[in-house]
Amino acid sequence: MAFSRLFKIEQPTQRPFTWGDGLVLVGVAVLLYAGIRLALGAPATVEGPTISLAPRALPRYAVYSVARMAAAYALSMLFTLVYGYLAAYNRRAEQVLMPLLDVLQSVPILSFLPVVLLSFSAILPEHVAAELASIVLIFTSQAWNLTFAWYQSLTTIPQELREASATFRFNSWLRFKTLELPFGAISLLWNSMMSWAGGWFFLMAAEIFTIGQRDFRLPGLGAYLQEAANQGDLPAILYGLGALILVIVALDQLVWRPLLAWADRFKLETVESENPPTSWFYDLLRDSRLVDWLSRSLWRPLGERVDAWLLHRFPVSDNKVRASTGRPWALYLLAMAVGLGLAYGAYRAGFMLLEVPLIQWREIGLGVLVTLLRVSGALVIALAWTVPVGVAIGANPRLSTWLQPVVQITASVPATALFPVFLLLMVGLPGGLNLAAVLLMLMGTQWYLLFNIIAGASAIPQDLKYTTALLQLSRWERWRTLILPALFPYIITGAITASGGAWNASIVAEHVEFGGRTLRTIGIGSLIAQATASGDYPLLLAATLTMIITVVVINRLLWRRLYRLAEERYRME
Amino acid sequence: MPTNGYLLELQHINQVYRSGERKFIAVQDVSLTLSEGEFVCLLGPSGCGKSTLLRIITGLQQPSEGRVLYRGAPLQGVNPHATIVFQTFALFPWLTVLDNVEVALKARNVPPKLRTARALDLLDRVGLDGFEMAYPRELSGGMRQKVGFARAMAVEPELLCLDEPFSALDVLSAEALRGELLELWTSGNIPTRAILMVTHNIEEAVFMADRIVLMEKEPGRVVTEVQVELPHPRQRKSPAFLETVDQVYAALAGQTQPEHVELGVAPGETGRIRFLPNITINDLAGLLEHLAEVPDHRHDIYRLAEELRADSDHLLRLTEAAELLGFATIGQGDIALTPLGETFAEASILARKEIFATRIRRVPVFRWLTAMLRSAEGQQLKKDVIQTALELEFPPEEAGQQLEIAINWGRYAELLAYDDADEVLFLEPTGAASRSQVGQP
Repeated sequence: MAFSRLFKIEQPTQRPFTWGDGLVLVGVAVLLYAGIRLALGAPATVEGPTISLAPRALPRYAVYSVARMAAAYALSMLFTLVYGYLAAYNRRAEQVLMPLLDVLQSVPILSFLPVVLLSFSAILPEHVAAELASIVLIFTSQAWNLTFAWYQSLTTIPQELREASATFRFNSWLRFKTLELPFGAISLLWNSMMSWAGGWFFLMAAEIFTIGQRDFRLPGLGAYLQEAANQGDLPAILYGLGALILVIVALDQLVWRPLLAWADRFKLETVESENPPTSWFYDLLRDSRLVDWLSRSLWRPLGERVDAWLLHRFPVSDNKVRASTGRPWALYLLAMAVGLGLAYGAYRAGFMLLEVPLIQWREIGLGVLVTLLRVSGALVIALAWTVPVGVAIGANPRLSTWLQPVVQITASVPATALFPVFLLLMVGLPGGLNLAAVLLMLMGTQWYLLFNIIAGASAIPQDLKYTTALLQLSRWERWRTLILPALFPYIITGAITASGGAWNASIVAEHVEFGGRTLRTIGIGSLIAQATASGDYPLLLAATLTMIITVVVINRLLWRRLYRLAEERYRME
Repeated sequence: MPTNGYLLELQHINQVYRSGERKFIAVQDVSLTLSEGEFVCLLGPSGCGKSTLLRIITGLQQPSEGRVLYRGAPLQGVNPHATIVFQTFALFPWLTVLDNVEVALKARNVPPKLRTARALDLLDRVGLDGFEMAYPRELSGGMRQKVGFARAMAVEPELLCLDEPFSALDVLSAEALRGELLELWTSGNIPTRAILMVTHNIEEAVFMADRIVLMEKEPGRVVTEVQVELPHPRQRKSPAFLETVDQVYAALAGQTQPEHVELGVAPGETGRIRFLPNITINDLAGLLEHLAEVPDHRHDIYRLAEELRADSDHLLRLTEAAELLGFATIGQGDIALTPLGETFAEASILARKEIFATRIRRVPVFRWLTAMLRSAEGQQLKKDVIQTALELEFPPEEAGQQLEIAINWGRYAELLAYDDADEVLFLEPTGAASRSQVGQP
């Protein structure tokens, strides 16, 4: 069932727009405004790094890229643990934190990239700014689903396990170690894998970002591929792609699969599973004498020491009932300060927006519309081929097991890494960039759909298939009464992720510097990039904000409803 | 020690839940004592607040009102001298059997070597030698509960609390485990000073306890106590044992009251609303048919439990339903069919539906429900709407359950119809509702 779990995102509880959402959006606007104010001091030109196309430079670039991902992931985990804990255990915090997270996860992250890069480069040395910006960007792509997963597992821990840890007087550390972390482990792990898969997309985008006179590229696999495509160096493109695939496969085989096999023990089910995840590397480690010795003579005593120290240091307190019954004045003051700051920021941001002339607003509107068309087009094309292919694969278990690794590896190559290659191929065609943009969106979206449809098709119960056969339904009738309804929840789940990815892609796809030329097409992504290049900051604010609001609104009004419909009407359970 | 001689004392415990504006009483004015050397059972139907009481006693939950004294001192936070054995075992599935026991010792800062030795000793004593390295999912229910017992014993509690520890087990392992627990307890080999067990199984309580505290629901309260002065091991077939069982059934089944008292009032009126017992009509019919076959149509309720192989909790719900609908009367632990009950037992399927319909139309909750539907547009209402209205009277979960039961009964009687897809409840236009005028007694 690896297919079904891999790309399933948890949708938070259904709720319409609230004033909280509005507040969060205002907060986002103020943050953007603050970033843009900072960006005014950004240097006019930024010298990029020189990228060597020599194959022996590749290991170094691979290490750089992985290090950025790892740093962002560590940051995400830290954020997840703290934020999830606060939201799960403090009702007051929960009321603020969950709506915030809910909006943040539907914001198209790449739209922040220009503002983050510019503002960072205004206050930090150039290469540090770009490095940090890439890490922040990847962090924002990785953190939200992890946090949701952690929050959800914390709030769904069975009552009696909580009571057992209370009567046996576990302190907070022991509770975290024996109850909370193990309970959330599997969900955190699957979401970590998703986060890494998504993170590559943004890493590649950040590594190749260049705008006007400012070259924000970072030495890494993404930049290598882009430089190779720029110079039309086919062998280098192949080397780069090979290295990228190798890194992703190695991480999968040496990190994620072993972790999955190990984490199987954390299942809550009280029966043995039929086919638990396996990993050759995990088996190897388990049989290794060295690992065994390390575990026995180093790891376990160390863990024992840490436990003992923490248990002494933080004993269980029996008087927690008395905790703050008074009004938390400090909290009110803080909330007021934040409120005032927001109000002032919103006021200033509003002024900046007023500077945008009407004609530019029309451009923005047009841009959003065109990008929306492009996103929809990509989605329709993706659906058109993934539904029949997915059903064919999913309904055939043998084909499915054979194709699974192939599809997974292909899908794991981040679309942004391939983008320069598409450009190289299409730049000569009429409407080349337009085609490449749709293609990039397609590459970023179709896999989510395909995976989900395969999962959905393989979950159709055999007896229902027999029934449709016995009833001698025609092919169309069979699709209408069984296959499409059964697939509906899976298609929606896939499409939500897919459309989010497509909006993100528009930022890198609609405006590119390629082979010394600037190519652009109409769209909101292109507008954001142009505003960045020309230093038109009011336009940058207006365009970024418009895009964010559009995507959030579409999410709420369209996808959420469809998701709810799918969950209530078409779930096969 | 400022002790009054009791190990544990509850003084006027009240537990109140708030749901919106409404307050619901889960536990009403419970006072209780427990002395060293006692094995006490809290016995009552589900929903009587006995598990809540257990959580209050162990300090997992704070009572809304009242005091919990442990050895004469007010309890602060979780009681360090008490542990719980849980109905669902509450083992950590990712820890081995040994680790599950050890972790309880670790929390009390017992050093590793001593910890392992003690855990192994305990597992040996409950008969789990050889299973130390197994994971809970590899064990049967009975063995899992043994781990639960070993873990609880490991911390050497003075007060051992058992929350329906045998009700998730199959009959045979439950019986074996009961015997083993009693053996440990009566031999005095464990440092436990007192045991408090929550159960809804009457025979189990009589089999194990020195004293049984009987509780009733709506609201949860203590009705009476029964002293069991039989020597261990107790013989389930002995007349003295059966007499005690009969006595407990009599106390819990109560006495049939005049009809207006039995039926209570409708939602919105002042007075006591009668909860609908959670039963299926098939089971009720089974009970009535069985009663129709015994001489005089009168029987000891405890014997019914044996003959129908029913759980005492389930059986008491059935007798309550029979009483509520006027099919039977109850007094002193006996149940007797009324003429109407006899008619029902002998009637055809359709006639049964009609009798049932006339009877439930007298139940105030149904009167209220049909009146509400009749005045609604199209004689139908969303389930949510009714649920919200019921939540003014019942706690949310109970309201949901009451509605489910009402829908079930109403469907059987052909008074109500329910569309699950749209979650709409409506009056059945034809059928028993209109025909039933004839059947009025």
